[in-house]
Amino acid sequence: MKRIPRTARRGATVGLAIASIAVLTACGTTAASNDSAGEEITELGEMEGQVSLLAWPGYVEDGSNDPAIDWVTPFEEETGCQVTSKTYGTSDEAFNLMKTGEYDVVAASGDASLRLVAAGDVAPVNTDLIPNYEGIYDFLKMQSWNSVDGKAYGVPHGYGANLLMYNTEVFPEPPTSWDVVFDKASEHAGKVTAYDSPIYIADAAVYLMHHQPELGIENPYALDEEQFQAAVDLLKEQRASIGEYWSDYLKEIQAFETGDTVVGTSWQVIQNVLESSGAPTAVVLPEEGTTGWSDTWMIASEAKNPNCAYAWLNYIASPEANAAATEYFGEAPSNEAACEFRSEGSCEAFHAGDEEYASQIWYWSTPIAECLDGRTDVECVDYSGWTAAWQEIKG
Amino acid sequence: MRLSRFSRTTLGVITAIILGIVYVPLLVVLVNSFSTSTSLTWPPPGFTLEWWGRAFRSAGALEAVSTSVQVAVISTLISLVLGTLISLALQRFAFFGRDAISLLIILPIALPGIITGIALNNFFRTIMGVPLSIWTVVIAHATFCIVTVFNNVIARLRRLGTNLEEASADLGAGVWTTFRLVTFPQLRSALLAGGLLAFALSFDEIIVTTFTAGSGVTTLPIFILNNMFRPSQAPIVSVIAVVLVLISIIPIYIAQRLSGSEQQRR
Amino acid sequence: MTTHAPVPRPRETTARAASVFLSTHPRARLALLLTAPLFWLGLVYIVALVLLLVTAFWSVDSFTGQISQTWTLDNIITVLTGSLYQTVTLRTLGVALLVTIIDVALALPIAFYMAKVATPRMQRILVIAVLTPLWASYLVKAYAWRSVLSQDGILEWLVAPFGGSTPGYGLPATIITLSYLWLPYVILPIYAGLERVPDSLLEASGDLGARTWPTLRHVVLPLALPAIIAGTIFSFSLSLGDYITVNIVGGANQMLGNLVYTNVGAANNLPLASAIALIPIVIIFGYLFLVRRTGALDNL
Repeated sequence: MKRIPRTARRGATVGLAIASIAVLTACGTTAASNDSAGEEITELGEMEGQVSLLAWPGYVEDGSNDPAIDWVTPFEEETGCQVTSKTYGTSDEAFNLMKTGEYDVVAASGDASLRLVAAGDVAPVNTDLIPNYEGIYDFLKMQSWNSVDGKAYGVPHGYGANLLMYNTEVFPEPPTSWDVVFDKASEHAGKVTAYDSPIYIADAAVYLMHHQPELGIENPYALDEEQFQAAVDLLKEQRASIGEYWSDYLKEIQAFETGDTVVGTSWQVIQNVLESSGAPTAVVLPEEGTTGWSDTWMIASEAKNPNCAYAWLNYIASPEANAAATEYFGEAPSNEAACEFRSEGSCEAFHAGDEEYASQIWYWSTPIAECLDGRTDVECVDYSGWTAAWQEIKG
Repeated sequence: MRLSRFSRTTLGVITAIILGIVYVPLLVVLVNSFSTSTSLTWPPPGFTLEWWGRAFRSAGALEAVSTSVQVAVISTLISLVLGTLISLALQRFAFFGRDAISLLIILPIALPGIITGIALNNFFRTIMGVPLSIWTVVIAHATFCIVTVFNNVIARLRRLGTNLEEASADLGAGVWTTFRLVTFPQLRSALLAGGLLAFALSFDEIIVTTFTAGSGVTTLPIFILNNMFRPSQAPIVSVIAVVLVLISIIPIYIAQRLSGSEQQRR
Repeated sequence: MTTHAPVPRPRETTARAASVFLSTHPRARLALLLTAPLFWLGLVYIVALVLLLVTAFWSVDSFTGQISQTWTLDNIITVLTGSLYQTVTLRTLGVALLVTIIDVALALPIAFYMAKVATPRMQRILVIAVLTPLWASYLVKAYAWRSVLSQDGILEWLVAPFGGSTPGYGLPATIITLSYLWLPYVILPIYAGLERVPDSLLEASGDLGARTWPTLRHVVLPLALPAIIAGTIFSFSLSLGDYITVNIVGGANQMLGNLVYTNVGAANNLPLASAIALIPIVIIFGYLFLVRRTGALDNL
């Protein structure tokens, strides 16, 4: 933080204040222009004394849940920015909450980040003002989910893969393909699980990329009408075998522990919890590859506390804080040096920095009408189409 | 009524069985609060007191309880005032639109919470432009708590009749004096019962709260929901639930005593 | 007779004047009583509700997620014609009705025992026993049922020796859990209603030769009916809008509440959510209209 110049320049802040007043006076339900804060700031000013964060549970811990888990207090002491935070359960909730304009900073997964950019809710980030940005793995920088038109929109936080979890008593031979939850799902009808979000349609698309190459899917987040329909059909077929969909991981852990669920998508952190309690489960990254998340700390375009927001982005990208936060949540860190601060073996468990492993992951991105794979002759199904279809699939 | 001994016993047994079943899940919660399993699996793999210790040291949990108490107290007070006013109006006067008003009062509780929630969320945020805060939660809670106070008070008013109030007025007491010295004392236990139910409703409300709470406003149910998404926090939630159940017996018991003794006097 | 001190002559203050004015002008009294609550309910609730319903006729720009205020019937048509909404509405209605029936069936004997059989002391203990579970948070109880109903859970362990098995997660589990959660809300009004039935009436029925069952059916039930219906309003409407319990124990099923929730939360499509919300609103209004005459609305 000391390295951030503290020159008091209020221009940016005043500009933001005017922009936010303009939005407030325009009745909330009218369309907001998305160029009100399209320019990144070039210099930082004085700390505002507070900052409000929106993040996944476990990303902003100030010791109030567990006194030993605290990386917010050091930040507050260092910068004088008092942190208030709110957690959200799904990317969609995050997208919605950002619309309230009450948050300076958001930790967004790829299925929210592009939407936030498109809606003008977040501003480009000047990474020159974030010294710790340098330490971030290169393969996470300037990707399709955290940059638009060559402009960075945030700092990568952590990443992980959606893995195939199976009960080792039911599957003595580790499955190598996602077919156990798709084409062969009926063998375990009522005991299959899937992630409860429209973005799960991409998992079906990844499967189809390999098993129905004639569909020509290049990117699971860029599906034209025909490809999309194929994925939806596959999921409707899968629905018959689904015991339950999960989105909170307590539910998933319980179901695998009791045997109510024996196979389905999962996260590494869930496996770690199950392993420590001695449950007969294991995870595998199937041959088709998989989907995953890479989260990004972004700054609201109408942030009331931009300087504290930048300070937070820099702090959370530091090896120590990045290590603490990503280890607690259970994912790979984004900072190369973070592994030195994580407990023994935890980086290996999450394949941190393993580019080969990371390359098998299709990171969550928001599907938009303009195909992400660069096709211009067709229109792709956008996220609202995905959510409508997801409800139909669940029936 | 002269029920046969047989039917009295049968009724007693049925009551005992149903109440017994009602307490099974609570027993599970109690056992889980001592379990070594972080995911509440059954049967518990081992015994530990760790969660009890951690729950009482968890600043987040204590803060959530205090937020919930604040919200519940303020919205109960608001609903006590509004509920009493409206029941006096509806019971003591006949006027056009009375039925519409009584429908209006029960609507917030009769319509599903998610509808109340998104309607208020939309109203506060996009129409009024006020940021969500603890006050928006209070406003929302008070709205659906009015009905419990209203129902208790109006039932009491109906039973009381107006004789004593008329006597008081005949003796020269003003409107306010009559209310303070004659009507209010007779309403006290009804207010207590209504207020207690309003408090309980507000304290455990989650759906409307989700949509009306601002950032940093964590009521207990929201805290619990968030902790279901955190590693190794679930048993702490069980501890909180057990403590709440134990504490809740006190106000319920006092309320019972008060209304019970009042009935015996009459 | 004891002698009374003379009532002191009231002082002539503005408060006194106001009091005199109010006691001679009942309309002013009524206005004073009604202003604050009506202002509150009207401004906060009715305006919010109407605005939500208006939103159902707008649409959302799928790219920016902003609501565009052009009038359209698209959402209403989608909801009315989409097979998804019909299936889910029927499922939700079925669950809500079953929960209500189960709750009334469970609440009646308990409430009757509490009101007419138990001694005053026992009565007090029973009221506490019924109210206490309300304080263990909703979520905690739902997760407790998740544990009870699991394949490895207590229920399986209890019924397996008799050849039974747990229903597992799904609609039956949802119905069980919801009945459990709303039971106290159904018992309380029925108990209060039965308590108001005078014992003398039951004795008269007995004196006239009616046996227990006929007395219950022809005397108690009609008198307690408004209270029973009041109880059903709670269980019915609370079940109709629930989306959390079905998420925890409902397996892969979704109810109307989930559709509303995902359209607000996930799809960011408030207009469509409002259109779906119209379904429970219409159902509840229909129900309230049906039971209005019974006097149930005074018994909540």
